[in-house]
Amino acid sequence: MDFELPAHVIEYRTTIKRIIAEVVTPAVIDEMHTSGTFNCYELNRALAKAGLLERAVPGLGKGDPLELWILFNELEKAGAPYDGMSTSVMIAGVVQQVGTDAQKAAIIPTITSGDALVCMGYSEPDYGSDVASIVTRAVRDGDEWVINGAKMWTTMAHEAKWLILLTRTDTEVPKHKGLTMFILPMNTPGITVEPVRTMGTERTNATFYDNVRVPLDAVLGEVNGGWRTMGVALAFERGVMGGTNVAVPMLRHFRKWAAHHIGEDGVRLIDDTLVRERLARIAIDNEVAKLLTQRSAWIAATGGLPGLEGSMTKVFASEAYQKAVRWCQQMAGPTGLLQFHEPSAAADGWIEYDSRHSPVTTIYGGTSEINRNNIAERHLGLPKAR
Amino acid sequence: MRLGLTDDQLAIKEVFAGFFGKESTTAVVRAAQPGGFDANLWRRVCETGAPGMGVGDGSGGGGASLGDLAVVAEEFGRSIAPIPLVDHQVAARALALLQQARTDVTDGETIASLALRPAVGGVWQLVPAGAVAGVVVGLDGDEFVAVASTAPSSGPRNHAAQPLADRATTGTRTVLASGDAAHAAFERALNEWKTLTAATLVGVGSQALQMALDYVRTRIQFGRPIGAFQAVQQSLADLPILVDGGRLLAHKAAWAGDNESAGIQGRVDIDDNDNTDFAVLAGMAFVFNADGAAHATDRALHFHGGYGFAEEYDIQLFYRRARGWALVYDDPARECGRLADAMFGPRESVA
Repeated sequence: MDFELPAHVIEYRTTIKRIIAEVVTPAVIDEMHTSGTFNCYELNRALAKAGLLERAVPGLGKGDPLELWILFNELEKAGAPYDGMSTSVMIAGVVQQVGTDAQKAAIIPTITSGDALVCMGYSEPDYGSDVASIVTRAVRDGDEWVINGAKMWTTMAHEAKWLILLTRTDTEVPKHKGLTMFILPMNTPGITVEPVRTMGTERTNATFYDNVRVPLDAVLGEVNGGWRTMGVALAFERGVMGGTNVAVPMLRHFRKWAAHHIGEDGVRLIDDTLVRERLARIAIDNEVAKLLTQRSAWIAATGGLPGLEGSMTKVFASEAYQKAVRWCQQMAGPTGLLQFHEPSAAADGWIEYDSRHSPVTTIYGGTSEINRNNIAERHLGLPKAR
Repeated sequence: MRLGLTDDQLAIKEVFAGFFGKESTTAVVRAAQPGGFDANLWRRVCETGAPGMGVGDGSGGGGASLGDLAVVAEEFGRSIAPIPLVDHQVAARALALLQQARTDVTDGETIASLALRPAVGGVWQLVPAGAVAGVVVGLDGDEFVAVASTAPSSGPRNHAAQPLADRATTGTRTVLASGDAAHAAFERALNEWKTLTAATLVGVGSQALQMALDYVRTRIQFGRPIGAFQAVQQSLADLPILVDGGRLLAHKAAWAGDNESAGIQGRVDIDDNDNTDFAVLAGMAFVFNADGAAHATDRALHFHGGYGFAEEYDIQLFYRRARGWALVYDDPARECGRLADAMFGPRESVA
């Protein structure tokens, strides 16, 4: 195996690091944690101006396919507000793969310019993991589809220009075969957005659809082919999009703090034997999470769709992160309970933040159980258990 | 960048999967217990060229890279073959690297091994293959030496089912390197050993998973194969992640080792998760795969139910070796301590 990145990808990475250093100031990160909106247009536009966003869109052919991974990975390691942009770039890739020429022309440039975000309407109040059972209805009415229903966890709906929306268009066929994905502007009449605040600071939304009328060409992919469109989106999301190296900045924050924090025994925390063992184990898991992500990126870059590998990556990385957070908060003792800007907070409050953020990582984008089902059935070839 | 095997490596994999599948059945493994060495199998593996495969072609070997050897090691681990292949390959490479290649070692006629810990009081303790090796390479004070002496031919019965034995540093003694160079050479050999042992443990874990799958597909309880129960599936679904992750890490260590041989020095940047240093990656690969193989064999044995505990079933052979083949070196937790020194800097003296 050869783990060295091609020179042009290294150059891409260097440019991102420079832009992060210029744009992602402590004030930007502060704003993200105060507002709960993990998006920064200034950053998106700076990346766009350097051509980095269009290079990252899967299938667009503007850059090396590895660059999508590099983009998300670098932003994640920096703790930058990139959730809105990463979802959008990924959906741009879905549009590129299954969209019409008109959709590509209307939507992709607004994303690659750093101006527009896309939000995703998949889950519903009553259907999360069993997403193929969703009941938001789209009914054909002449030259239009009329959509009624409700979605949960539509993060960035309050900022997004576009929405991709999973609906039921046929109730007479098996559940996976009656789904249709739409892509439509968020300012379409009939959509309302209500905030949902989370324990991890990040704001998400509940969205409601009341006789939302869209033209026929708002269908993304095939009518009743929504499950396939969803599969493309999930392969990008689980394998490459991010959330797989979140423990890297946490370890960095903890390490820097532990190198100066003197415990009650008069010894630097980082000189404690148990602390050293645990930090080493976190670093090993970070390396493995990186390699699994890199493999997904490599598969995508060589023409494959890393759905299964993405499931493996996500299960491993999210659970390793949760273990790491638990260890770090425990090792920090009471100071690990203190929040951002509290003077004696461990790692400037990052440990407390990570302990609030980490629970969602084994839930969103497919729970660990759903991903393990995928692995058991599709990789290990065990019989369907449901 | 390429995160799969090359065509050449796929061919190597096929050859050695075939060899070990045919020559090292679990009947062979069992027959070699408790000593853990099958002289006939060693003769057969010598015919493939595997013992000297990693020795440079200028020194009469096969010129294989560490990456190639990792491919062989995984197949070796998959069959838990009762021969000291990795120990020998590493020792043979260490000799060749210091211009002391021996034809009898490269050919495998004389078994060589690496003492994994420096000698204490003129004795290397519990040397892998110590019971059968005619040459032991190791650190003795500030000298890296090769000692040729008569193998004791038997050693203590052990959990690893390996021919372990203590070996004296006396005998026909060749100083391979002295001072800093000795420590560097030992370090290099030990890192190769950790890397190839990690790859071996990938094979052990991978085969244990396969055996668990074969069992849960055919064992019927409550009217269904137990592999149809979600509790069993969810737990087994972790294992391919550990196997795949462990394989990538072992191969990254091998890649870093091959780079180091080519004069390309790696780096360690934990803050940015950007690590290409051979020593760090070798240690990481050892820890991750020692734990991974231990977990995989634990789950595989467990899902065999009571039969997994029965001597008649093969999974217990893998369970014991998954632990033993790592612990002949050291506790993964202690290895984490050494890694911490390299990754976070040494400990400051206690106030």
